[in-house]
Amino acid sequence: MANRFFIASAPHLHSDYDASRLMADVVIALMPALAVSAWVFGLKVLLVTAVAVVSCVLLEFLIQKFVVRGPLTIFNFSAVVTGVLLAFNLPADIPLWIVVIGAVVAIGVAKMPFGGLGKNPFNPAIAARVFLLIAYPVQMTSFPAPRIDFVDAYSGATPLAALNEGKVDFAEFDAQGMFLGAMSGSLGEIASLALLVGFAYLLWRKVISWHIPVAVLGTMAVFGVCVAATRLQGDVDLLWQYPLFHLLGGGALLGAIYMATDYVTSPMTRCGMIIYGVGIGALTMCIRLWGAYPEGMSFAILIMNGMTPLINKYVKPKRFGAK
Amino acid sequence: MRSFPIGGVHPSDNKAWSRGSAIETMELPDVVNIPLSQHIGAPAVAKVAKGDKVLVGQLIGEAASFMSANVHSPISGTVTAVDMQPNGQGLRQMMVTIKREGDEWLPEIDRSTTLVEHCDLAPKEIIERIKAAGIVGMGGATFPTHVKLSIPEGKHAETLIINGVECEPYLTSDYRTMLERGELLIAGTRIIMRAIGVDKAYIGVENNKPDAVKHLRELLGGDKSIEVLSLKTKYPQGGEKQLIAAVTGRQVPPPPALPIDVGAVVCNASTAVAVYEAVQKRKPLIERVVTVTGKHLASPKNLLTRIGTPVEALVAKCGGLPEGDVRVLNGGPMMGRPLVNISMPVMKGCSGIVVMDGGDVHRGKESACIKCAKCVEACPMGLEPYLMYKLIRKKAWDDLERNDIPICIECGCCQFTCPAYIPLLDQVRFGKQTVMGIIRARNAKK
Repeated sequence: MANRFFIASAPHLHSDYDASRLMADVVIALMPALAVSAWVFGLKVLLVTAVAVVSCVLLEFLIQKFVVRGPLTIFNFSAVVTGVLLAFNLPADIPLWIVVIGAVVAIGVAKMPFGGLGKNPFNPAIAARVFLLIAYPVQMTSFPAPRIDFVDAYSGATPLAALNEGKVDFAEFDAQGMFLGAMSGSLGEIASLALLVGFAYLLWRKVISWHIPVAVLGTMAVFGVCVAATRLQGDVDLLWQYPLFHLLGGGALLGAIYMATDYVTSPMTRCGMIIYGVGIGALTMCIRLWGAYPEGMSFAILIMNGMTPLINKYVKPKRFGAK
Repeated sequence: MRSFPIGGVHPSDNKAWSRGSAIETMELPDVVNIPLSQHIGAPAVAKVAKGDKVLVGQLIGEAASFMSANVHSPISGTVTAVDMQPNGQGLRQMMVTIKREGDEWLPEIDRSTTLVEHCDLAPKEIIERIKAAGIVGMGGATFPTHVKLSIPEGKHAETLIINGVECEPYLTSDYRTMLERGELLIAGTRIIMRAIGVDKAYIGVENNKPDAVKHLRELLGGDKSIEVLSLKTKYPQGGEKQLIAAVTGRQVPPPPALPIDVGAVVCNASTAVAVYEAVQKRKPLIERVVTVTGKHLASPKNLLTRIGTPVEALVAKCGGLPEGDVRVLNGGPMMGRPLVNISMPVMKGCSGIVVMDGGDVHRGKESACIKCAKCVEACPMGLEPYLMYKLIRKKAWDDLERNDIPICIECGCCQFTCPAYIPLLDQVRFGKQTVMGIIRARNAKK
């Protein structure tokens, strides 16, 4: 058989690392936290996650099939990532119909109307969480106590809610328990250690760079130390306990590692990423300290999502050879 | 480990396919087509006509201007035509066709293999001999070497860098040259140092070729004026600007600045060997080492090939094309040009012929940009390929100029790394040409 010669201009090689592999890696990175959550809160965690994922994927499929009538993109797994992240932002015993409404907001309002993956200005999972928080405040803030009680867990109220009400006694601060996940909170945010394991995986696979998470968490830590310094009253330990409480006690790790780093809604340059991360960290602490909500991560991320086009316009990489 | 400052990618180099094959001499072709334009600049002017008898090394095309290069006959025989012939892209260009009769060389060419290191020619004479021999950059850019070595008035060369990086995946012709012709390379390096008046030269080699580094260091012995540097294996380490930055730490400013503005002159390793042969042996550039390789090529080789030999003869010697669809490249897989016509002749800048087949032939399916910023991260020039792509689609030429599109070196890192398979470089190449055309027109008006 004669050869057929194909032509295309250079480069003729590709890394073979495509969008669906990237998204699959994010899902893999989230699995340890899901496992810890299922251990702490019970199997209903898996049910909530499954409902969120299936609703998101199904909705994206239906919109593409019957409204957009364009190519199907559900196989790039981005709807799966949105589903898992949405579930991670919900209490474990949330009514399932609220999960479905969350999926409708994430995919049907925050993502597809803008043109689907790559075009949405705001992180779909966060947009859905904020909507649900405002629309269903009771269900969204009723957290189950950890099923297991191997340490003095903060049952009922989340650590941040307790802090907001002034009910935290730092003398009984149990950093280790919080680190492992023995606390109340939304289902994906409690497992700090597992979230960090996922972070290491994402860095190793070069899915994300360290810039945004480190900027967010670093800013929160510095902010926390400064606040602690004004509240010392002779207790020097507060200087590390207070910022650590902020980093472990709520959605800081989940937000900084998995939500703020969403490709589509975060800046394109390293310098821009740092600015964006510092903004999220500072806004989160401001909302937590002086706002109406005990947790401010999702609001901070949404606000900085809105700033991203501006950051991309003005923060350029340094060109090779430029002075 | 020294490397360039920003960006870059790590393609699998697959040099193992051909790195173990010692340089073999390719059989002489019976008929050759010699293009009169094998370099950047004006095509050479034909000095022979149909029916003329020529010897190996005889001038058949003369440089048309300073920015041009001589062309010599690689075989002896009779000129049968001087006319337009299809090149590798199927476009017609002026070529001299010669039918071979024996292998008779011009008498003044020294064909002995004795190493002649001593050179007391004046710099001007050295450059004159290089010009006469028609030497051009053999790494693929084909910039006339005598132009590169003629330092403009007011500029001053401080460092010579010999480019033995060979960062293009698959290719091993420079590697084999460094291993097997290292003495000639070093002698050539000393000649070029003399020509441009520098007392320090570096030979940059990627650290995936430790044996080449070791071999060259052994040959140099205690000579401190030439230093072999092992550089990080990362594409495009051998890009001229990247290599200068890796070796000297200085960044060449954006165009119109040239390497000489930071005191650097860069020459390819094979070019240094050609310079030695031209100056010490009076041998013009009529042959070169070509890597012929590919995943399903029966026996990849490094072939010392006369210029003008048809590419298909090289491929046949290595086992012939594999079955089915193929993409055959003149050059490496990151920057090489695809061929539609493999009867095209090997030219001065052809460092390799790569045969891709099977799944490697076709591009991945393009999908929407997810703004992952991998292209920004990969760009060794600090550009934003995703943004340039968007602006080109909108024909926003002014905006593209403000975003520095002319400094793009077309290395292809952005497109290599794009998880959405967006043909970034296709568009950027087009946008760069358009913007540079606009800049030239504006400058012409002034």
